[in-house]
Amino acid sequence: MLRYLVRRLLAAAMILLVITAITFVIFYALPSNPALLACGKTCSPSRLTEIRHSLGLDQSFLTQFWEFFKGLFAGRDYGDQSVRVHCGAPCLGLSFQTDTPVLTTLLGDFPADLSLGLGAAVVFLVLGVGLGMLAAVRRGRAADKAAVGLALVGVSVQIYFIGLLLLFLFVDKWQILPASGYTPFTQDPSAWFQGLLLPWATLVIVYLAMYTRLTRSSMLEVFAEDYMRTARAKGLPAGKVVLKHGLRAAITPIITIFGMDVGSLIGGSAVITESVFGINGIGKLAVDSVQNSDLPVILGTTLFAATFVVLANVVVDVVYGLVDPRVRLA
Amino acid sequence: MKAADEQEHAVSTTQPLPGQQSAPAGQPPAGENLLEVSGLRKHFPIRHGIVFQRQIGAVHAVDGVDFTVGAGRTLGLVGESGCGKSTTGRLVTRLLEPTAGTVVFDGEDITHTPVTRMKEARRNLQMIFQDPYSSLNPRHTVGTIVETPMRLGGINPPQGHKRRAQELLETVGLNPEHYNRYPNEFSGGQRQRIGIARALALRPKLIVADEPVSALDVSIQAQIVNLLQDLQREFGIAFVFIAHDLAVVRHFCERVAVMYLGKIVEIADRQTLYTRPRHPYTHALLSAVPEADPDGIRRRERIRLAGDVPSPVDPPSGCRFRTRCWKARERCVTEEPPLVRLGGSPAGHLTACHFPEEPTIEAREEDIVLDPAVTGREETAAGTA
Amino acid sequence: MSLQTSPRPADLTPAPSPFLDVRDLRVHFPTEDGVVKSVDGVSFTLEKGSTLGIVGESGSGKSVTSLALLGLHKGTRAQVSGEIWLEGRELVALPEHEMRGLRGRTVSMIFQDPLSALHPYFTVGAQIAEAYRVHHKVSKKEARDRAVEMLKRVGIPQPERRAKDYPHQFSGGMRQRAMIAMALVCDPELLIADEPTTALDVTVQAQILDLIRDLQEEFGSAVILITHDLGVVADIADDILVMYGGRRIEYGSVRDVLKRPEHPYTWGLLESMPHITGDVDRRLNPIAGSPPSLINPPGGCAFHPRCTFKGWVPEGRCAVDRPELLAVAGPGKHLAACHLTPETKNEIRGRRAAQ
Repeated sequence: MLRYLVRRLLAAAMILLVITAITFVIFYALPSNPALLACGKTCSPSRLTEIRHSLGLDQSFLTQFWEFFKGLFAGRDYGDQSVRVHCGAPCLGLSFQTDTPVLTTLLGDFPADLSLGLGAAVVFLVLGVGLGMLAAVRRGRAADKAAVGLALVGVSVQIYFIGLLLLFLFVDKWQILPASGYTPFTQDPSAWFQGLLLPWATLVIVYLAMYTRLTRSSMLEVFAEDYMRTARAKGLPAGKVVLKHGLRAAITPIITIFGMDVGSLIGGSAVITESVFGINGIGKLAVDSVQNSDLPVILGTTLFAATFVVLANVVVDVVYGLVDPRVRLA
Repeated sequence: MKAADEQEHAVSTTQPLPGQQSAPAGQPPAGENLLEVSGLRKHFPIRHGIVFQRQIGAVHAVDGVDFTVGAGRTLGLVGESGCGKSTTGRLVTRLLEPTAGTVVFDGEDITHTPVTRMKEARRNLQMIFQDPYSSLNPRHTVGTIVETPMRLGGINPPQGHKRRAQELLETVGLNPEHYNRYPNEFSGGQRQRIGIARALALRPKLIVADEPVSALDVSIQAQIVNLLQDLQREFGIAFVFIAHDLAVVRHFCERVAVMYLGKIVEIADRQTLYTRPRHPYTHALLSAVPEADPDGIRRRERIRLAGDVPSPVDPPSGCRFRTRCWKARERCVTEEPPLVRLGGSPAGHLTACHFPEEPTIEAREEDIVLDPAVTGREETAAGTA
Repeated sequence: MSLQTSPRPADLTPAPSPFLDVRDLRVHFPTEDGVVKSVDGVSFTLEKGSTLGIVGESGSGKSVTSLALLGLHKGTRAQVSGEIWLEGRELVALPEHEMRGLRGRTVSMIFQDPLSALHPYFTVGAQIAEAYRVHHKVSKKEARDRAVEMLKRVGIPQPERRAKDYPHQFSGGMRQRAMIAMALVCDPELLIADEPTTALDVTVQAQILDLIRDLQEEFGSAVILITHDLGVVADIADDILVMYGGRRIEYGSVRDVLKRPEHPYTWGLLESMPHITGDVDRRLNPIAGSPPSLINPPGGCAFHPRCTFKGWVPEGRCAVDRPELLAVAGPGKHLAACHLTPETKNEIRGRRAAQ
């Protein structure tokens, strides 16, 4: 098992390295002039050269990549003697806009995404698997049709629509909830919860559909397996057959999708939800940085999100190994 | 449920294989080997690692096999799972690349000839597969399936592809009107007939049949065996017939080789192999075959091995059968027995064993039962009595 | 329970009630194309300590019959009718929760492919222990010890260690042994083995058949062996029931059915089998055609479209009247469902022997 884990982690590190290289190449190849952007409106040619130098843009591509790569592990110093900014390891560069290390900004926005993503994920997993199992067990009957129909509605609606509808109903019309937004948990747990309730609900409605369908089809596939018949032939009660023998096998494909979803959600992929509910998360940061051509931030958010997806993959692989002995002992 | 009408099972013996009218049917010139296989080996590497794969072992699927098949003759390869019989078939038809050894077909060494360049041999060397469900493309009509080898081989029969395909369908006992139907409209036995028609399309000299009847019901099995037998005799096609069913092999093949863990342990003409075997494994195999004769069971010797065939990843040293053999001694561990003619064996009967059995399968004075679950009970029963 | 609608065949005399008495069992599956009559009026009896072999080709209904004995069609679309009397208890009408108490304890089953019939995510020991704990109030430890004991009994070396292994770590033969251990862990009175050796190599098949026979002697249970292989039943069974198209066509002792078969289908099966002894050049005599449709079975005798001898029966009766399963002359209970008269059959036998 340990060897399996080490193997997975090594593979993940390799993938991240490749992603870093690719992102950097794209960054370098973009037809924009970061120095000009950083220079601002009143820019003299000498000042521009200075900035180019301080950003390291006057160096060759390979040197730049090496500097960036080195920065990831050893940290990096920007500017000259007069204005010196230290960017500690892992350094993802300095924002052109704010001159602060990108990572600092990212970590500042991260708790919002973590709260939003994890909170919603737990709910849609539990509800989705539950509904999916119900639909599978009652295949072809009313409960199944209802669950499938509900899932279809969830898949079809847009976050914009659901989010705005929820905001209108709960905040404006009935005024049950305060205006949504993110309050750090450490500051005020109650405000944290109330502010996130509607964003969670929105994400749950959208993701629930997929999990219900996935669980249903996975479960039906497992029901057709010979070992399910064996379990019944032993005299096990129907509930135990479904929950112990069925779910255990049906859950594996769900774990994979779930890992990916959680990884990308907390990595900042809930952009639309963030913007609908005015949450300052990594998704919003990414969108803003694109608008401002703030390339180090774009690079930083991309790598950050990629890291989470890759890490989620490792976790999925490990959980896979725990669930399926054929993987673990191979 | 919508299987096409089943045709009469027997093949018409008066109808020649289409397109072969001028070729001399029946007995080929004696003494010529159509297929010569020597020192054939296939090791499948087992690799490990993420980026840099290193080989940590190999499956010794086929580990030094020699045999010849004369033109128009039939050789059977029998053995249990993992013995390498199917791999051998795939090596001969060049679906797999041998690790070592040579395959000479019709005087031409085809061991390493790329498949694309062996047109001539390809045409004369065809294969029939076990699973009539997965070996036919479900999106192609029966006509297309049977015609494809002709088109690929650049063969243009005088009567045209379609007419020829219909003749072939008739030869294998299918209705030529089924030309435009799809494989899923046919039953298992009929699909196997389509596979046979496809193999016959190029008038091959040798057909490698890999478990051609094991997926079929008993009554259908017999239809296909008879069909193959008729085609074999009628057109003088040589066969390498691979099967785990010893009775089917005995019925179809003049000469039979018994394989165990990648090696031939015994080879002889069928009469000798089935009545006067010398290798303990052949004895055990024959003894294990259930026969639908309540009296026959008592006349035959009873040998029950323990356990399953060992893994071909790390085959036993010396004689590979020694781990399951009741006669194994020190010599079997250290020295690999060569496949030779033993004293008392007729010509052509080769056995690879240091301590061969008496050439009979009659019941012994004492059964050989190595299975601890069965013998163990008798001991405890005696103990408590 | 209701009386049978069809005339009662000769073998159903209820005399001193047998251990297992199946009467006119029918299992029908409604589908969009029509009702699939997988089992259509099957009856047989079985005593403890003896073995019945149910023989048939794919689609003959032999496996569906076995699932009905375990009540595994309950809660599905299948329509089951008829009676299954097991030690005086009727199983067809038994509610699911009561049937569940019998499954694995009184009636248990060995399935064909042990790799797919065992759960890949649980250890072999845990699966056997679970089967024991369903029916016995014992601690996990006790159930586990019992599982190890059973593994030892079925001949698995180092049972303590192997109990912790997963099914994929076992070889094919060892998996089937584990499956047998699981089926026998509660000392069932009726053991059903559905093609238990079909997925196995021939030397392993012989071991498993020996093991089943050996265990039967030890536990004294009744065994139903379902197979397509007449060789396997000859080796292990006392009685043979030959099924075709969901119905019985011949029923009798192994010796009677194999040595003096009475139905042309049984003749066909025997003559299409190659042998490892006897005349090498004997030509196989296959049964022409394919098995019948179960939705629209042929009228009259289901076998008549494939039967070589229907011409011997006057007035084309075979295509119109379904033959009853009737006792044939001679000692013992040997039944066959065929319109051929004994005289005609003797004449046919004579001609074939002369050939």
